[in-house]
Amino acid sequence: MTVAVNPSQTGEPVFYLADEHPHPEGWSTSLGFWIYLMSDCLIFAILFATFGVLGGNYAAGPAPKDLFDLDLVAVNTSMLLLSSITYGFAMLTMQQNKVAQTQVWLAITGLFGLAFIGIELTEFAHMIHEGATPQRSAFLSAFFTLVGTHGLHVSCGLIWLVTLMVQVGKFGLIEANRRRLMCLSMFWHFLDVVWIGVFTFVYLLGVLR
Amino acid sequence: MSTNHHAAHADDHHHESGHAHGTFSSYMLGFVLSVVLTAIPFWLVMSGALPSKQVTALVIMAFAVVQIVVHMIYFLHMNTTSENGWTMMALIFTIVMVVIALSGSLWVMSHLNSNMMPMHQMSGMK
Repeated sequence: MTVAVNPSQTGEPVFYLADEHPHPEGWSTSLGFWIYLMSDCLIFAILFATFGVLGGNYAAGPAPKDLFDLDLVAVNTSMLLLSSITYGFAMLTMQQNKVAQTQVWLAITGLFGLAFIGIELTEFAHMIHEGATPQRSAFLSAFFTLVGTHGLHVSCGLIWLVTLMVQVGKFGLIEANRRRLMCLSMFWHFLDVVWIGVFTFVYLLGVLR
Repeated sequence: MSTNHHAAHADDHHHESGHAHGTFSSYMLGFVLSVVLTAIPFWLVMSGALPSKQVTALVIMAFAVVQIVVHMIYFLHMNTTSENGWTMMALIFTIVMVVIALSGSLWVMSHLNSNMMPMHQMSGMK
């Protein structure tokens, strides 16, 4: 803490730097990242609102009942849920400084995430093949935008995961890598929270309609 | 004084960034709760166990809300003390914004929908 209390007898300017004090590197990262996640939450809220408004406008096209295969959605949901718990295990082994085990759990998380994206893309391809493209109706535009945005987030999370595995492999579990892994943990669990909204409001309520 | 302050701050920092500290049992509890809270709504919809669609819809929405809270506590480690309560403040602000955006959009758009189109035409659109 530097406080310049030298009265300006010499005529030189006096700076009061009472607010400046050193912070350890990354001290504000987790709060900043949380605020980013909250802003991401607003994006999803608007996409959910759009889907809520347009979700019933089929334009005489296919309805959720004709398109959605709940068995597949259930498998997909379990993939994401399993990836959440395996990421949790990665964080636990990280706290115990076990580099190899952390890497293994991260890799398993990545495989579950990849399975999720694979199943989702298969579902999309199947729908588009049947003519249920985003251009077909307002319902399908809203559906592909909402679910696609979530899938895009998971894909980015996977790229981030691989990047961090390389980082941990190169530099070990240093402070910076721990911080990054914690941010990705928040991101990954946040995406699982968004998926709860997706499978409830889009798939389950869609089939109920 | 400077060193003291720094040490105190570093200590604070340690507590603050204790954001992601779960235990094996807390993760497992969260996971088991999530599996149950996911399986029941899927089963309700796939088996049609409840006779009324409205009741089923309300029940699965309630399950979703409970599961979101479970994820927040056991996976995202939300509490009122991390970052001196600022994460909780940001969360509450976001929830207020989300509720306004969602309820406002659905309310306004459903009114527009019913006021700008004759009913028979609207049911044709659906």
